[in-house]
Parts: sequence; C-alpha cells; structure tokens
Amino acid sequence: MKDVSFGSYFPADSFVHKMDARAKILIAIAYMVAVFLVSAFHFLGFAACLSFVILTTAVSRVPFFRVLKSVRTIIFFVVFSAILQLFFNSKGTVVFWVITDVGLLNAAFIIARIMLIVLGASLLTLTTSPVELADGIEGLLYPLKWIKFPVHEFALIMSIALRFIPTLIDETDRIIKAQKARGADFESGNIFKRAKALIPVLIPLLISSFRRADELADAMDSRCYAGSKNRTKYKKMRLSFRDLMGVLAVAGLIVGIVFLNKFYAINTLAQIAGAL
Amino acid sequence: MEIVAENLTFTYSPKTKGLSFRALNGVNLTVKSGEIFGIIGKTGSGKSTFVQHINGLIKVQKDSGALKVGEYDLTDKKCDYKSLRAKVGMMFQYPEHQLFAETVAEDVAFALKNFNKDLSAEELAGRVRQAVEIVGLDYNEIKDKSPFDLSGGQKRRVAIAGVIVAKPEILVLDEPAAGLDPKGKREFLELLLKLHKDFVKTIIIVSHDMNLVAEYCARAAVFAGGKIIATGTPKEIFSDGKVLAESGLDLPLTASLTEKLKSKGVDIDSDLTVKDFTEKLIYALKNGGRQDERRFFRQLFPRRLFRA
Repeated sequence: MKDVSFGSYFPADSFVHKMDARAKILIAIAYMVAVFLVSAFHFLGFAACLSFVILTTAVSRVPFFRVLKSVRTIIFFVVFSAILQLFFNSKGTVVFWVITDVGLLNAAFIIARIMLIVLGASLLTLTTSPVELADGIEGLLYPLKWIKFPVHEFALIMSIALRFIPTLIDETDRIIKAQKARGADFESGNIFKRAKALIPVLIPLLISSFRRADELADAMDSRCYAGSKNRTKYKKMRLSFRDLMGVLAVAGLIVGIVFLNKFYAINTLAQIAGAL
Repeated sequence: MEIVAENLTFTYSPKTKGLSFRALNGVNLTVKSGEIFGIIGKTGSGKSTFVQHINGLIKVQKDSGALKVGEYDLTDKKCDYKSLRAKVGMMFQYPEHQLFAETVAEDVAFALKNFNKDLSAEELAGRVRQAVEIVGLDYNEIKDKSPFDLSGGQKRRVAIAGVIVAKPEILVLDEPAAGLDPKGKREFLELLLKLHKDFVKTIIIVSHDMNLVAEYCARAAVFAGGKIIATGTPKEIFSDGKVLAESGLDLPLTASLTEKLKSKGVDIDSDLTVKDFTEKLIYALKNGGRQDERRFFRQLFPRRLFRA
C-alpha cells in the first residue's frame, strides 16, 4: 500500500521545481500534444520527445529511476495494448506466425507513445507539490470565473482530495490490519470472494472519511474560512525567465516535430517496406 | 501460551536506500502465560512493530531472530497465521473505527465466522451472546441495533466483544483507554481485569499512560530505539533513574509522590498501585515522622481526602 509512486512529489531545489506551476501545467499539456503530433511510424519525433524528457529530468535533479518508476504502475496497460497491436493487425507482410511488420511497428509505436506521456505527466507531479498544482490549476481556470464557475472552490476541493490521499492510505492500512486480526482473509478465493472480503474495510473507511470531512469543515469554519472573496495568497505565483525558457523549449519541440512530419514523413506502407 | 522473542529485528523497506528504517534492533523478551504485561516507550520506539509480530500481522524477516508464540514458530514459512490469530486477539487504538456490520450481533460474530467456519447458527448466537454479556452490555437490547447508533463507550465494548468472541488465549491491546472520559476509562479497565480473571489468560497492554501500567501490569518492558532497555515490575522500572532518562518516560503519579516524599525524608515502599500506596502512606502518617513532617503531610493530603 505504501509505495504509490505515480504522482508523488520529489522535493528538491532545482530550475524545474522553481518554475511557475501554471507554466509547468501548460508546458506538460503542450508536451503531450507534441507526443500525439508524432505521425505514425516516425520514431525520430519520439527521440526528440525522449530527449526533452531526459533533459528536463537532468535539470530537475529528480533521480532517473524515480521517473522511470512511474511507468511501472501502467506496465500492464502498455503490454496489453502492444499485444493487441501485435496480434490483430492484418496489414503488411507476415514476419512470424500472425505477426506482421506493420503490427510490430504499431506495437512499438503504442509503447513509445504511452510511455512518453506517462513520463511527462509524472515529471510534472514529481517536481510540483500538490498544493502548487492545485494553485496552478486555479490560476489557469481563473478566466472561467467570468461564466460564474466557482474556480476557487473547485481548486480547494482538489487540494483537499490530494492532501487526504496519504491519510486515507494510512487509515486503510490500519483497518486492514484490524480486520486481519479478526481473521479476515483478503488473499485467497476467487475475485468475487475477494471483493466481498473488502466490505469490512470499505465501510469503516467510508465512515471515517465522513467523520474527517465533518471535522475539517468545523475546523475551517472556526477559522472563519469564507471562500474566495477578498482572499489573498501567502505565495503569489509569478512568471519568470525560467518559465519563458520552458515555454520556448516545448515550442521548439512542437515546431521540430511538425517540421519532421512534413519533410521526413514515412506514412505509406510502400515507404515502410522500402525503409525495411 | 508463552511468547518468546530472541534477538528479533525488523527493518521497514529494507531494499530502498534512504527510506529503510530499523524499527526493531535485537529484541529479547519472554512473556509468560497468565500475565498482564505492559509495553511502554515513546512514539517510534518499536513497541507497535513488536506487538504486530505476535499475531503475524508483520511477518518475521529472514535472518532476523526468532519468535515463538506457544507452539507456533513464526520464523517458519508454513506457520498457520489464521489459527494463530484465533488464539492471539488484537485490539488496535480506537477499535470502534473497525465496526462495519449492520447489526451489533453480526459485527461481533465476524471473527468467529472467520475462524470457525463450521459453527452452527445456535452455537454462533450463543458465543456472541456470551461475549456481549461479558463486556457488560445487554444482548437482547443491543443485538439488532446498528453499531453506529451506540455511544462511544458502548462502541468500544462492542469492538472488544468482537475480538474476545474467538476466545483468544492472548489479548493484545494498543492504547486501550485512549479517547475515553475518566469514568469510561475506569470502567473499561475494570472490564479488562474481569476479562483477565475469567476469560483471557494473558493480556498485553501497549500504552503511553504510566498510571495505567503501574496500576494494572504485573510486569512491563521498556522500549527505546528498537530495543528493550528494561524489564521488570513497575516498581523496579520506575525507580531506575537511568532507564527513565534513556527512555524519556514520565513517572506514574504514585511514583512521583514517592520520590517527593523521599526528598523530605520519608520512605514509602509500595508496589505503586494507588491502593497499596495510600495504605502505606496512611500507615506512615499514623506511626512515623516528627511533628513538622506530619504537618507537611497534612498540607499535601488534607484530612478530608482520607474520609472516603
């Protein structure tokens, strides 16, 4: 239960950590767009994205293995989609049994795409604390105030949810232990039996969440918390040269990929056959 | 069932550098059958990790010493944890947070159903009734109620009924009195004494509350930094200045009074339970001391204190 690495913050004092959260979120979105822009079978574009990730990781001082660890949680999903591509592709020439050359390339393409996106997303959460992230999203959603969308409340809900994840994990651990001590068995039986065995954990968890919510609401009330009106921030977000550099880097990446797509694209089957 | 730990060691996340933390560092301890045994120490001293070893919630790591509970060898990979857990009941802090069923009877029966799958409905109901009545609740009145509609003290009683219903030989309690008001606390501790008299053989209490340990435990072990730095009766532990300094523990009320009186030249040799201490104190007041000392006692303990 304890090693939930996807989305955990890695505190450090670095260029990337000091960047404005709003800029980082926008850059991450732009980066994902860039990954999706890489046209089929064109691996040079992926190499560009990968070097972007490696460069950012190096600058952020997050250990490489920590970034790679985030891929571990979705490895099943990656393998599953790769296998689908391998076995259910009838185009191209057969290399082995039912596997075609196009199938192989497609599988590699899918693996590269998902991995690169997850790496980018986890780099964002590794270098941005949950509080900053919520602040950043609030900042980005600010224009929605114009159509009476409760931006501040939305951001608050989000940061509270993030804040309580570790607390709930601890609580789950405790309740699982308490029920195990009463002979509950979570490890044997078929999937339905196991799902049923979770009821004695889920109900106390749900009840304690409600209790916590009540207590939190009382605590906020007693400190006269009253939402967004006239509320100032302890840490004001400010754009700096770092953010400009980040934006320039990701813009360069996108331009590069569009350029590669246009002039070095290998889009037709004949071209792949020729390349092989 | 006797608990014997030899050189028991435990490390959290042993493979991750930087995150790994040695919680137990060579623990040697024997808890005899039939004792009320206290385990004391500051937060993070390893006491919680140790007691969770006793019923296999934390498994003994490879090459990390030995642990035997009765005939169960917990270093053995084939150890039957389920039947062990039926014999070693464990109640965590705030046990009322583990209640989940629709009715009290169902919640209390949970452990019993898990441990004895082939019990008939009548036997089941009989055992549940027995457990509920032992903890001092009215079975007929309470059995169909939702556990969430009960008061705090009642919830805790239901939770402990849900543990002792499996008739464990050893009962481990982590901070059993936390969060109860003084009256509820006293009643709950009296209940524990009653349980020890006719239901559970061995009781292990993990607590920060030194008064509780001095009052109820025959022996205790002091944890500090993953090791046991002292084992003995409360009197032995609380009169050992070195142990107290190393563990950073407070004194129970009786022990600190004994110390204060000693500095005024009066020795009171009690076992640190309130009853024994007051008896010895009254004896000293009646028989010993010079006139000015007696006046000093009167200041500390006005006459009306002893009328009841």
